[in-house]
Order: sequence, then C-alpha cells, then structure tokens
Amino acid sequence: MPMQPDHTIENTTSGQTGETILSVRNVSKTYGKITVLKNVSFDIKRGEVVALLGENGAGKSTLSSIIAGLVTPSEGSMQWQGQPYTPATPSDALNAGLGLIHQEMRLLPELSIAENIFVGRLPTRSGRIDNLEMYRRADEQLKRLGLNVSPATKVKYLRVAAQQQVEIAKALTLNARFLILDEPTAALGGEETDKLFEQIERLKNEGVSFIYISHRLEEIARIADRVIVMRDGELVANFDSAKVPVSNLVEAMVGRQLDRIFPHLPAPTHKPLIEVKNLSSAEGDFHDVSFTVSAGEVMGIAGIVGAGRTELVRAIAGADPVKSGSVTVDGQVLTLKSPADAMAAGIALVPEDRKLQGLVLDHTIGNNIALGNYPRITPRSWVTPTEIRNFATTAIKRFGIKGSADQRANELSGGNQQKIVIARAISSGPKIVILDEPTRGIDVGARSAIYDVIAELAKQGMAVIVVSSDLDEVLGLSHKVLVMARGRNQGILSGTEATRHAVMERATA
Amino acid sequence: MSEITEQVTPKTGFINMSFVKKMSGPLVGLILLCVFFSLTSEFFLSARNGLNILDQVTVLGILAIGMTLVIVIGGIDLSVGSVLAFSMMMMGVMQRQMGLPLELAIVVGIATGAICGLVSGLLITIAKLPPFIATLAVMSVTRGLANILTEGKQIVGYPDWFTSLATVRQFGFLSMTVATFIVLAIIAAIILKYRPAGRNLFAIGGNPEVARLAGINVNLNTCVVYALSGALAGLAAVAFAARLDSSQPSAGLGYELDTIAAVVIGGASLSGGVGSIFGTVVGVFIIGVLRNGLNLLGVSPFIQQVLIGVVIAAAVTFDTLGRKRR
Repeated sequence: MPMQPDHTIENTTSGQTGETILSVRNVSKTYGKITVLKNVSFDIKRGEVVALLGENGAGKSTLSSIIAGLVTPSEGSMQWQGQPYTPATPSDALNAGLGLIHQEMRLLPELSIAENIFVGRLPTRSGRIDNLEMYRRADEQLKRLGLNVSPATKVKYLRVAAQQQVEIAKALTLNARFLILDEPTAALGGEETDKLFEQIERLKNEGVSFIYISHRLEEIARIADRVIVMRDGELVANFDSAKVPVSNLVEAMVGRQLDRIFPHLPAPTHKPLIEVKNLSSAEGDFHDVSFTVSAGEVMGIAGIVGAGRTELVRAIAGADPVKSGSVTVDGQVLTLKSPADAMAAGIALVPEDRKLQGLVLDHTIGNNIALGNYPRITPRSWVTPTEIRNFATTAIKRFGIKGSADQRANELSGGNQQKIVIARAISSGPKIVILDEPTRGIDVGARSAIYDVIAELAKQGMAVIVVSSDLDEVLGLSHKVLVMARGRNQGILSGTEATRHAVMERATA
Repeated sequence: MSEITEQVTPKTGFINMSFVKKMSGPLVGLILLCVFFSLTSEFFLSARNGLNILDQVTVLGILAIGMTLVIVIGGIDLSVGSVLAFSMMMMGVMQRQMGLPLELAIVVGIATGAICGLVSGLLITIAKLPPFIATLAVMSVTRGLANILTEGKQIVGYPDWFTSLATVRQFGFLSMTVATFIVLAIIAAIILKYRPAGRNLFAIGGNPEVARLAGINVNLNTCVVYALSGALAGLAAVAFAARLDSSQPSAGLGYELDTIAAVVIGGASLSGGVGSIFGTVVGVFIIGVLRNGLNLLGVSPFIQQVLIGVVIAAAVTFDTLGRKRR
C-alpha cells in the first residue's frame, strides 16, 4: 500500500437529532499481506442517511460486509445501540436489526413475495405453514413501503425495482433498524428512484438509519444527510452535510497518491491497427462506441463497474454478439462470430476473470499455455508432451512465471496465474492485445511485472487495450484513456486532459 | 507463494512416478482382483479364460471408448445402450427385410448410431439441453424405435461369415471383434494424447468458457464427440449381433450404466477434463474380470450386482481421496 498523506477526519458531533445507534471503531481487515480496510472509525445516528462513497476497491463492500456479519474484522470493534456488537454470521446481524441490501438480488424467483420475505422462518400454526398469517404480515410491510402488489405474486414476475423492495421488506419484518443499501439505484429508472427515495424518507422518519452506497454522485445531495468517503481502505473524508459540490466529492474520492512506478512508453506510431466504429451490443450493454488504437499504442478503458467496459472488449474479441457497428483490423472489416474469428484476425483477449475464463485450474501450466496454440507448437498434426513442455518453458521464461510446465495452474499465485493467461494470448502472435482488469486481485509488487509486460507488448508494435478499475493504473499505463459510463463512450482523454479528476467526472456522469 | 511453488515438484528419481501415482488405484485393483480369482478358482488363470474375458468385454469396451470422450468433455451419454439396440435392429431390417447386402447393412447400422449421437449433440449445443436430459430423451426415443422396427420381435440368422467375426479366433488368438476393440482403443488413446484435437477435449471439459475464449469451437467439438459415441454404439451393435447371431430390440438394456461405471472406475471425472483411454480399459476389465470370476465361483447374479456397486463406490472413493492428497 502507498503511504497516505494525512487527511483531517472531522468527527461529526453537530446537527442531527437522535443518539448514536452504530459506532465503528478502528476496524481493519487484512487478507494475508493485503490490507483492504485500515483503521476505519465512524458513527451513525438514529434516523440518519449516510452516503458512503469511494472508487471501486476503496473498501466500501468490505466495510458493509463487516457490519452485516459476512466478514469478521481483523482488528477493531463495533457498538450497536450501546452494546458491543460482534456478528459472526449475517443472521446474527439481521437478528440484531442490521440488514444489507445487495446490488444483486438474492431472492428465490419461483417463490412468492411473502415466502421470500419469510424464508427460513415461515410462520406456522400447529406444525403447518400459516399462509394467512404470512400473507397478512407480508402485506403489512409492503403497505409500509407504499407498494401495491399482492404478497402471493411470484418474485420472478416482479421488476428489478420491486424485487429490491421485497428485499427491503424482508429486512423490515426482522425489525431492521439499520439498512445498508449497496448501489440501490444502479438498475433503476428515474421514477423508480424517486419512489425508493420516498420510501427511504418514510423509514427514516420511523427512526431507521441507512448507509447509502452509490456511484451516482448527483443523488447524494437529494437523499443523504452526511457523506463519508473511503479510499484505499481508509476513511479519508467526512462531510457534515450532503450539500457538497460534486467536484469536492470527486476530489476526496480520487485524492492524491504517491506515484506508482509505471514503465516508460515510447510514443505510439500513427499507423492505426484497430478501428472500432459505432459498435453496439446485442444485449444492450454498450451503445455506439468508436475508437482507434495504433500500433505501439496503449489505450486504457476506465469506468465504474457496470459501465459496459468488459462487454465492449468481449464483443471485440468475438466472445459476445454485437448488434451493429464494425471492427476493422489492418483495413479489413471483421465478421466476429466467435473468439476463434477474432484470434484469426490477430485479436487476443486476456479475460476479466482468470479463474473462470482464463485458466483450466486443474490442468498443468504447460497445457494451459498450449491451449489454442497447437499450430504454433508444431507444424505437424501430432504433438508430444515434450514439445508442449518445451513450448511452455519458453513462455514461462519469457514472462518470468514462477513455476514449471508440469505444475498445476491452481498452485500458483494470482500474479503468476495472470502471466500464464497473458503468455497463452501472446503466444498466438496477435497484433492487438486486450487485457481486462489485468491486475485485479494481484498484490502491488506483482503488478509492476504485469505493467512491464504490457509496455513490452506496445514496444513490439502491438496495439494494446487495457480495461481497469484502478484509475492510477489506467492513467499511468496508457497513451490515452477511453472513459465509459452507462454503456457509452464519454470521451477519449490524452495528454494533459487525462487527469484523475477528468476521468472520474466522466465515469460518474 | 513463489518459494512454496518451487518446492512442489519433488525429485524422486523415479521417472515414471507420476504414471504409477495416476494409475495405481484402478490398475492395482485389477491386479488384486486377478490374484484373488486365481487363488479361489482353478479355471480363472488360463489363456482360454483370458480370451473369454476379452470376448465378454468387447461390447462394453467399444461403448466405453466413446463414453470416455463424452465424459472428458464434461458430458454424459445415457443413450448408448438404446442406440446400440436401434442400430442393431436397423442393420437386421436392412439385411433381412430390405435385402441389402450385409456389408452395406453394417454401414447403415453404424451410421444410425452416429446420427443418433449427432442428435444428442445438437440438442446439447443448439437447444442448450443439459447432456443428461438430451441423452435421456434420445435413449427413450431410440429404444422405442428399436422395438417399432419389428414390433418387438428379434431377427435371427446371419450368414456364417458374420457370426464368425465374433467366434473364430484368428491364428488361434483374437476374434475380429476383439481385435477391433483393441485397435480402436489404441487409436483413441493416441488421439487423446498426441493430437491437438484430442487434447482440446480436456480443455473443453475442464472449463468450456476458457476453451472457447482460447479459440476452440466448443459446439462443433461437442457434436463430433456425441456423434462418435453414437457411431461406436453402432459398431458395438455389430459386434454384439455377431456374437448373438441375431438382432434383439432389448439388447443393451442398462449398458449405459455399466459403461459409465467402467469409465469412472478408470479414473475419469464426471465433472470433465480428466480421464484416459488406458484408465477406461482397466475399468472395463475390472467389471469384466469381476463378472467372469464371480461366475466361475458360482456367485449368483444378484450378489454380483451388489459387488459391482461396491467396487464402483470404492474405486471412486480412492480416486477422489488420492486426488485431494496430490
């Protein structure tokens, strides 16, 4: 972790009515050598909505998970309504009155609203499920949220917004006094958002407190009473009021960090290798995206989770279908029906999730590197284990992978696994290399090795596209940065325009 | 992490250490079985009985080659027993009722199997049915068709040259059907190990998305594998018909389960990505030797069923435990 300059953390003692309901003191969380949460302290009062902001990976989810009993902190303590609070499981937290509403719903689609609300604790009478009682109590909560829907409706027939309210109703039947809403409006339209805010307001007046996590900064002033901001696992700012200019919030979120060491990139050529024109996804994940990357150029793609970055690069690599637009490589317009088509045109993808999309974890490193590369291992149609081992060993040396060809991929660290995936992609001799979140879950030391590999590819004249949620990485590694938000190209920044502030502002637009 | 990983491959000095480790379970089991039956039955350990066992496992063995491919790609083929019956009946009907020369009828039988397998493959890749459901459906359909062809009657009486394929031991040694099984097993083993097309199957079974992103046409490979499994069921039908000197619509009932058992005993994983023809052949012989030996000892077929179940459970338990330790 880079050392942080000191930030003033003002303790809020002013303003709000109501006593402190939850206090978090010096909570830290480490996984092995990696610190994801560092010394976080704050208080939440009764009937208060506190917005929690931060970039991807700032530690918001870890903090919420600790409060909701999904993760136990490595250090620090919490108090709930004046009592020590150490939830070991989510149900401990729920029983105490704290609920976490996830961004992705965790409902059972084939069951009714009422059954979902009472799952695991269905009301019974003389050993049988008391349907009347269940529906009555579910109806009560739905009315409390101002929802006009029968509790007998199956959840799969509900829209996303309504499903979310079922989750909230479920927490309320457990007498939740405190709710964490994780990106509740990410999938909602304007009207639905208004309705959600009304409900939050109503519950707030009943004395329910909220932590409200969102990437949509313009919402914050409407719904929150206070704002706390996290960065790199630390709580870095604490605003007493939510009426703060958005630019101040962005500044607190991005902050200033010590420069990480990025390799020097020579200036790119002006020979466009890949040209993407008005590309739109068949599933509606991105619309009308255009850009060009030249030989020797590195383009970063920035944006928040769900902005359509991964879907865009997967489509270019032939993994997902497109609706319209074109991809041109070396002047040839491509027909991309499968990853094999893209590879034949010289496009290689290092996918987002190395464990699920990049590696056959049970197989050896040698077989993983050889996969899809047999024509380059031998011109004959026979291949011997020795040839595979030699081919893999060359790649292992070239990319500095710590392991041998006969070892299984799952025995290696994340950084080395990532290098295996990169080694396979590069061994196909591509002209365009796309890396999706190449350093996710990799510790800082191993990252610079990946950066060096990326710079080396550009030097060899490939066009490189790097998708990353790490702003420093995108800025430090690229000649130019394409910013995406809600599936659209929000601008391509280069040179002095490409600042953390400018990128973040476009990403949250 | 890096310090640990460098120590993982121990220098044992035995070149074939990995081979012994990998094969120890099933192969040791087979040897123990043979030793046990040699000691308990005076008839077991003889060249004649050995050739008998070969004759008895041929049909199962041919089916198991196809099943190995299917299980390696993470699939399952429940239809092989019924496809065998349907192919067998098609062959019989073509020769006896349509008057085709038997050579041509054999080709029709094998092609019937391949088409049935292809249908399974298309149901899995295009209609996106789980392999279990797709092949369950094909199993039911083909068993029905096998019965429809002759309204459930068997077709008896093939030419002598045909039945001699299964009965006459060439050079006093192997019958043609046994030789076919052995040759096919060798070819399949070589393809799985030394041909990119074969090695790709392991990647598909290990993780189909990884394989697809690496440029492998997963759907095409899946269809080919199921078609091969069907074609091999058709070939097994020919061998079976030669042995029975007839075509019977009830042939191969429950064979899919024996076949799956043989492949799994041989060390393949039903979750895909792991398996070998050599292991499968050992698995086939474990089932064959067990049946043969128990028959020689006069154990009732009901008890045999119980014992085979116990062997399957034991084999896979040892294999799973061994895998965890590695």
